[in-house]
Amino acid sequence: MLSYLLFSITIGGVYALLALALNLAWGSAGLVNLGLAGFFGIGAYATALATGAGLPVALGLGIAMLAGVLAGLMVTGMTLRLRDDYLAIVTLGFGEVVRLVALNERWLTNGADGLSGIAAPGKAALGTAGFNWAWCIGVSLVVLLVALLLRRLDAGPFGRALRAVREDQELAAFAGKPVLRLKLQAFALSAAIAALAGALYAHYQSYISPDHFQPLITIYIFLAVTAGGLGRPLGAVLGAYAVVAFLEGTRFLAAEVPGIEPVQVAALREALVGLSLLLVLHLRPRGVLPERIPAAPKVSA
Amino acid sequence: MEALLQALVNGLLSGSLIAVPAVGFTAIFAILRYPSFAIAGYVSVGAFAGWWVNTRFGFGAPLALLAAFVAGGLTGLVCEQGLLRRLMPSGALTVAIASIAVNLVLENVLRFFFGNDLRGFDLPIRPDLILGGIFIGVQQLWNLLLAVVVVGAVFGFLMFTRFGRAMRAVADNPDLARLKGIDPSRIAAIAVMLGAGLAGAGGVLLGLDTSIDPMTGYRVLLSVFAAAVLGGLGSIPGAVVGALALGLAEELSLLVVPATYRTAVGFVAILLILTFRPRGLLGERAA
Repeated sequence: MLSYLLFSITIGGVYALLALALNLAWGSAGLVNLGLAGFFGIGAYATALATGAGLPVALGLGIAMLAGVLAGLMVTGMTLRLRDDYLAIVTLGFGEVVRLVALNERWLTNGADGLSGIAAPGKAALGTAGFNWAWCIGVSLVVLLVALLLRRLDAGPFGRALRAVREDQELAAFAGKPVLRLKLQAFALSAAIAALAGALYAHYQSYISPDHFQPLITIYIFLAVTAGGLGRPLGAVLGAYAVVAFLEGTRFLAAEVPGIEPVQVAALREALVGLSLLLVLHLRPRGVLPERIPAAPKVSA
Repeated sequence: MEALLQALVNGLLSGSLIAVPAVGFTAIFAILRYPSFAIAGYVSVGAFAGWWVNTRFGFGAPLALLAAFVAGGLTGLVCEQGLLRRLMPSGALTVAIASIAVNLVLENVLRFFFGNDLRGFDLPIRPDLILGGIFIGVQQLWNLLLAVVVVGAVFGFLMFTRFGRAMRAVADNPDLARLKGIDPSRIAAIAVMLGAGLAGAGGVLLGLDTSIDPMTGYRVLLSVFAAAVLGGLGSIPGAVVGALALGLAEELSLLVVPATYRTAVGFVAILLILTFRPRGLLGERAA
């Protein structure tokens, strides 16, 4: 039971990193990323291949983030000039292509069988129980660190400029903000965080396959970010843990419903995720922790 | 040479199947101004409705198409009016994301009742025609004909009926249309019924071509988007041209890349067209 709890918290941390990534791109800059699972996958495969070739894990994490940045720049470089809905379509396609490549380039990714035996730092030295504890604490610390960093960034000039771009990019450009560069920076940083999440996941599980990067994960993260409060890093983190609790909770709940097949259980759980997202959008469109926008200073007449 | 001709024939045949849901998608976009991901769900719902009347009552393809159109259209209307419409004030992107959630729910409702198994329509199997060394499936030819009839009916509706003209007016200039006394919410309802209905009909065509399961719609979603973006979002003739162009591009690329990358062609097509001609082949401004 304890190890299950530790596992859930660690996975919650990975989701929290993804939620922070999405919150930065979508919440702060208004750039929707429906290919989040693709960036997650790129990070995981990048570090698995790098450490598989004998590089140390720390370097693998760095390479994963770099790969995320490059992929992010590639996807957005061509489309950032266009309307937001085009970015939604392009990123969705990107996520699918990542999965296709992972499925088909067997020489690189071992196809549907996936990569196993990925370096799991600490597993040999600490034993299984110690490893679970260490990773739970470690991933939680990374989440805390990234969240604090993003909060600072959010409150600073960069965050304000991003929000200006989100609200009205023509006005922001008129006010002298480098709109395109800001968007690229935000999206690339967001892609790097998502790739980091994937890299941590790969080392923690020490096995990855294309099945781990289903588009469904992207929807989970959208649910986390909208439920937590779009535009608030802390909200995104809370939302991610809530979503993992919800997913695990429905696993038990669905097992209680008598007389239905496993495939029906899976269908019920996924439908519940969709319904929750709709419910949140309708009832609390600004999330549990709404974005704080300071009032403009009053001008006395 | 024969391989090339075969690819051209196959491309036109498969492109015509994508044209039907792509016209549906772009019709919804033209009026409601958001990309509806729920179109995938409408495709699957239509596919199952058509399959059900076909295998349960033995109805042929035309009646299955009609059932799919009605089922898809009603599902679309209910989802749009009940779940998506109220989110409009929060912006197009919010509605688009909600439509992803709608798609997830629809897909899983189908999965709950029908499972993940592949299901085929119950139709006589016809041998392929061979014309000058080119293989042409008879069922595929029928599908092409049905697709042409469906798209032709949509054009007739848009060109010659009062609602069709009103729809085009709203797509062209919503404010002017309102000034002329056209009720935007009524037009929106018709556009959704039409768009989702076409998606449903497209589901049957896809099912007649191969088989169906709850993911049928999601699998063609990227192709539908690609066709609509290629032709220019919101342009109905554009969606047809885009779908045919995409079908050809997919089949021709299979001459050089493995078949498993078929869906990636749509993605590359989207990137290319957005880079070089963002408003699409026949479309409006995109920036």
